[in-house]
Amino acid sequence: MRKLVLALVVCLMATGAAFAADDVIKIGVFNCLTGQNAFGGQLELEGTQLAQKEIPEVLGKKIELVIVDNKSDKVEAANAVTRLIERDKVNAIIGTYGSSLAMAGGEVAEKAGVPVMGTSCTNPLVTQGKQYYFRACFIDPFQGAGAAAYAYRDLGFKKAALLIDVANDYSVGLGNFFKQNFTKLGGEIVSEMKYQSGDQDFTAQLTELISKKPDIVFLPAYFAEGAIVLKQAKELGAEFRFMGGDAMDNPEVVTLGGDAVEGFLHTTFAYDPSMPNMNPVAQKFTENWKKAFPGKEPNVNAALGYDSYILIVDAIKRAGSADPKAIRDALEQTKDVPTVTGMTTLNATHDAEKELGIVEIRDGKKQFIGTVTP
Amino acid sequence: MIAAQDTRTRDNALTLVSVGLFCVFLWWVPNNLDGYKLRIINLIAINAILGLSLNLIYGMTGMFSLGHAGFMAIGAYVSALLVLTPEQKVQMWILEPIAPWLANIHTPFIASLLAAGVIAAFFGWLISLPILRLGGDYLGIATLGFSEIIRILITNFTPITNGSLGLKGIPSHTTLWMSYGCLAIFLLCMVRLMRSNFGNVLRAVRDDEIAARTMGIDTFKMRVLAFTLGCFGGGVGGALMGNLITTIDPKMFMITQTYSLLMIVVVGGLGSITGSIVGSILVTTMLEWLRIVENPVTIGTFEIPGIPGMRMVIFSLLLIAVIIFRREGIMGMREFSWSWLLGLGRKRGGAAK
Amino acid sequence: MTLNMFVQHFINALGLGSLYGLIAIGYTMVYGILRLINFAHGDIFMLGAYFVFFSTVMYKMPWAVGVGIAILGATLCGLLVDRVAYRPLRSAPRISALISAIGVSFFIENLAVVVFTGMPRPVVQPPMLMKAFSVGGVRLVPLGLMVPAISFVLVSGLLWVVYKTKPGLAMRSISHDIETTRLMGVSVDRIIALTFAIGSALAAVAGIMWALRYPRVEPFMGIIPGFKAFIAAVFGGIGSIPGAMLGGLALGFVEIMSVAFFPKLSGYKDAFAFVLLIVILLAKPTGLMGEKLEDKI
Repeated sequence: MRKLVLALVVCLMATGAAFAADDVIKIGVFNCLTGQNAFGGQLELEGTQLAQKEIPEVLGKKIELVIVDNKSDKVEAANAVTRLIERDKVNAIIGTYGSSLAMAGGEVAEKAGVPVMGTSCTNPLVTQGKQYYFRACFIDPFQGAGAAAYAYRDLGFKKAALLIDVANDYSVGLGNFFKQNFTKLGGEIVSEMKYQSGDQDFTAQLTELISKKPDIVFLPAYFAEGAIVLKQAKELGAEFRFMGGDAMDNPEVVTLGGDAVEGFLHTTFAYDPSMPNMNPVAQKFTENWKKAFPGKEPNVNAALGYDSYILIVDAIKRAGSADPKAIRDALEQTKDVPTVTGMTTLNATHDAEKELGIVEIRDGKKQFIGTVTP
Repeated sequence: MIAAQDTRTRDNALTLVSVGLFCVFLWWVPNNLDGYKLRIINLIAINAILGLSLNLIYGMTGMFSLGHAGFMAIGAYVSALLVLTPEQKVQMWILEPIAPWLANIHTPFIASLLAAGVIAAFFGWLISLPILRLGGDYLGIATLGFSEIIRILITNFTPITNGSLGLKGIPSHTTLWMSYGCLAIFLLCMVRLMRSNFGNVLRAVRDDEIAARTMGIDTFKMRVLAFTLGCFGGGVGGALMGNLITTIDPKMFMITQTYSLLMIVVVGGLGSITGSIVGSILVTTMLEWLRIVENPVTIGTFEIPGIPGMRMVIFSLLLIAVIIFRREGIMGMREFSWSWLLGLGRKRGGAAK
Repeated sequence: MTLNMFVQHFINALGLGSLYGLIAIGYTMVYGILRLINFAHGDIFMLGAYFVFFSTVMYKMPWAVGVGIAILGATLCGLLVDRVAYRPLRSAPRISALISAIGVSFFIENLAVVVFTGMPRPVVQPPMLMKAFSVGGVRLVPLGLMVPAISFVLVSGLLWVVYKTKPGLAMRSISHDIETTRLMGVSVDRIIALTFAIGSALAAVAGIMWALRYPRVEPFMGIIPGFKAFIAAVFGGIGSIPGAMLGGLALGFVEIMSVAFFPKLSGYKDAFAFVLLIVILLAKPTGLMGEKLEDKI
């Protein structure tokens, strides 16, 4: 026991010493490195780290990343942000995957007056009424509208169904926005099935969906679950197509789903390694990523982690100061900053206005099809 | 040998002094410690309240309940729905409109705390009527089932609870004074209760229900009463928790929440009021302290990256070790008393197991 | 609902239910003997799935070898858990062992995060098991039929062990009275270890089949199936092996059929199962097939 205490003390002192240096700007990162959202959070962190390697300095000061895991848990998320602000005295914060985590952390940052750049928290509630929360991503109403427009207008599907994770705020929100827009366009929702996070057997819901004969099923799931749904649908002989949201954008979808994900569509940000005519930032990002992580495909989460860092550094540069309040004010003025996922402008509600991309899986590969406007 | 009268005077004086010192501490803390430590200190009080209320059900009365997370959820939602302003509510229900009767209700925090406790207690009472006839592990499983049903209902009743989106922007009413004030009231009631005849009755029900019944005790009524009181505590604790974290959603109240409370109670010592408080301090701070092992450590120029997941690995090992080497928990069934503390100074290490 | 659809649902439920049943047996055996809810059981199930993933997908071993490794590995882990975390607590209050079980469960899950990372990994299904065919409009894959078949074979084998062999007799004897059994000269610890070994081996088989049916592995995959299987064990009457299987099937049917018959209420799927559980407990506290256990806290 005594040895353990000693070891703990040593660790404490070591971490303390690491942050003692002067003249650094500290950017905190709180993201899901473990827990159920780790697959997204890890990629975002790697994206942020890559950006920091490329731009290690601003205003002649070194930028240091302070990384805290929020464990995909709300209580931990609030703790993590408190810790970044109080103990590590960070100037700004990046994070996180998962809107409910962003909301829990956002409350703390708001009170302390430290700006946060959300990576892929797409729920409208995240920045609602917040002075200090911004995000590098678009929001779900926009994404849902885009998905509905693409399904109805471009693909000409008139009958849609939904398969929603009722315990997941992202899934419920995005599914609902799709439904609203699809019916507004004149389409019909023939069935709305639900499951709970953690379920792995979807055969009952799928059998029911098959009997309703929709043209397309909107599946706003996280990729690991989504891939299993697609597999089971194929086993059951489903003939309709599936469409998902940005949370399905992960290179693992193909490895998990195999040939069952063939023809699967999903909305996402305007970046994919398969994209033709990439913008210069995206090109640079893709090259550097492949150098840093050979054998691992970049995806939108990595891109958004990278973009969040760029947006904050850009704001620090324009503010000419690393004072949290000054960064916040500068972030509010963010306009047409070139990022991996296109030109980023932050609007009045602090959300990024950017294009919505569509990806289809063809021949076991993600293919960037193009962008849509709702 | 000190006369009993003197001992009592001495104990009262010591208690008064330590309460005074603790108040000074609470007054000192917000200005001198950072918000992170403040949050932990706050959490300790809330976990202690939750631990005590579970201990009342399980430790004192012997009803194995795995449903505490459900009652916390009820408390947290009731309180949050009452303290949120009508404007906040209108903005937050983005999927389905909020139930009209709920939209304009707004009460002060204290009233919401009471309501949280009362409504949780009401549900506890309602549930206890059928299921307290079950005994042992079956009771645990039935309460667990109810806790999950409550969570599923909260997830699906969007017009009232906002579903899986949860509630956010709950004003952070849970100050140190609030949480420790609640803890003090709770503690006082518990000590009083356990020293009263009612406490003896509960212990009798726990230790030998048949004997208790022979003595003319309406054991069923006693169990229902204890269960309902425990649920009241769970509701208040949940409400405090919601107002501390400021956002709540159904996923916060999964079975793991009950497990961590059970850990606090058992590590501290089942049936010991002191134990629940010691358990809360230990488990809460340990979980926070162990974050260190997941941070990257720099020694000179050498950097060891943090290992995700390591914290819970160490925590679970510590938990198993505590249980194996101190199977009755840290306090066992004993309680804190000044004589015990003073005695400890005199005969160090001489205490029997 | 057409007949076709009903048959399809029926087959889906059979597959899911028999997996629950297989996991539930591990809970029921340990509970029957030690009155301990072995929370780590779901994590042994997870380890079984991981072992088969590593041997077949990572090291490209043939399936037969992979299955062997997984069963052996999980059995050893089960024995280790008993030896380290439960055996020292045999004479302790039951709640201490329960907390130890929760601790072990946290430990295995998080160690898995440390060692395997939290990323879900794909399991490659042997194509011949997945070749779908239709019988009168009902879609079937060979795997879907294999899962219940294997489960029933294993349960029959287990029943034979428990009711027809010496160690089985000792097991049943321990579940009635551990002290008397000890006095009869039975090596109680060894029999308990055997129980853990059998339970863990079955969990590994369930883990393998689960990983084939829902082809991915991740460190927390055991929590929900474990939890549900435990409910199934109570449902069927904890302590009874046929009861565990029956409970598993019943749970599978409730989950699938509640969605099938009330598609609008699919969000409440799990609530149906819990309501039914509580109703059964109230009507017959020992579950569908349970005998009265004298338990006292």
